[in-house]
Amino acid sequence: MAGGMGGRFSTVIKSKISRMLDRAEDPGETLDYSYQRQLESLQNVKKGIADVVTAKKRLQMQSQKLEQSVVKLDTQARQALSAGNEDLARIALERKNVAQTELQSLDQQVTELEGQQEKLTDSEQKLRTKIESFRTKKEVIKAQYSAAEAQVRIGEAATGVGEQMADVGLAMQRATDKTEQMRARADAVSELEAAGTFDDLTALGPGQDDIDRQLSELSSTSQVDDELSRMKAELGSGQGGAESKQLGEGGAA
Amino acid sequence: MIVRISNEGQFELDESDHARLNELDDTVVAAVDAGDEDGFHAGYEELLHFVRTEGRELGADDLLPSDFILPPPDLSFVEAGEEFTGDGLIPEPEPAA
Repeated sequence: MAGGMGGRFSTVIKSKISRMLDRAEDPGETLDYSYQRQLESLQNVKKGIADVVTAKKRLQMQSQKLEQSVVKLDTQARQALSAGNEDLARIALERKNVAQTELQSLDQQVTELEGQQEKLTDSEQKLRTKIESFRTKKEVIKAQYSAAEAQVRIGEAATGVGEQMADVGLAMQRATDKTEQMRARADAVSELEAAGTFDDLTALGPGQDDIDRQLSELSSTSQVDDELSRMKAELGSGQGGAESKQLGEGGAA
Repeated sequence: MIVRISNEGQFELDESDHARLNELDDTVVAAVDAGDEDGFHAGYEELLHFVRTEGRELGADDLLPSDFILPPPDLSFVEAGEEFTGDGLIPEPEPAA
């Protein structure tokens, strides 16, 4: 088994454990110290998990807002089309298209983060159990073994806890990386929101032309065209005479 | 022999599983070296499957250290490039004395 552990993950774990063991002098003291450190780590893990949950909630709220925008913009597109304003309907659908794309991306990332959060919580639970096991074992070691023997047994027990601690650290790292990525994405969505991208179209004001130019670049034209035709067909079927004209336009677009 | 799958758990395997484990590990290294992403995912999944099915999962209160530590199951191909190099994570079993 010599050199049995390779790779970055195990190297980090090994160095952490050896640092912990280097402090070993008086076994009883080392045991208590290790245990204190373990409890501190557990506190940090709890804080870390709370941060991940907060970040996720923020993103879920943003996702809900986007969902509302999608519904609103869809309604407005229909209203505009019913009123014969195809240009406005197209703008609404372009905005809806952008909102939907953002929404899908956010939802997918939230799902991934949830998976990582689950693993983090699971790893934390195992660490808690191992620390509890260590606490029991440390009293036994203190009571039953000579200093030399105790040293060996502390090493074994502390390594088991240290490995789990490193595992939680890794799970935390991955969840944190994910929230960082998502924050960048969320900031981009916030900028779109701040620019009025998903606002009420009836409140179109100065400067909107520019937004719409950017939006039509962002959104998929074919998707917008398809949806516009579909909407026309739906509306047209209930409107008798207007039907043939609207369908004809849809085909030409 | 104890193998940890990071962010999942520890599994106790028979010493005799070492050779097979090493083979599976080498397959993953080869896929990573060849830039074969699909091959990496398939190979790593097989390695994990072997550990999960051949191994007995240790209790959370067990304080035994692992002989080998595998990266998390959701390891990306990019991350794999940093892990699976050279001999991989599981070296050749030592020849029986």
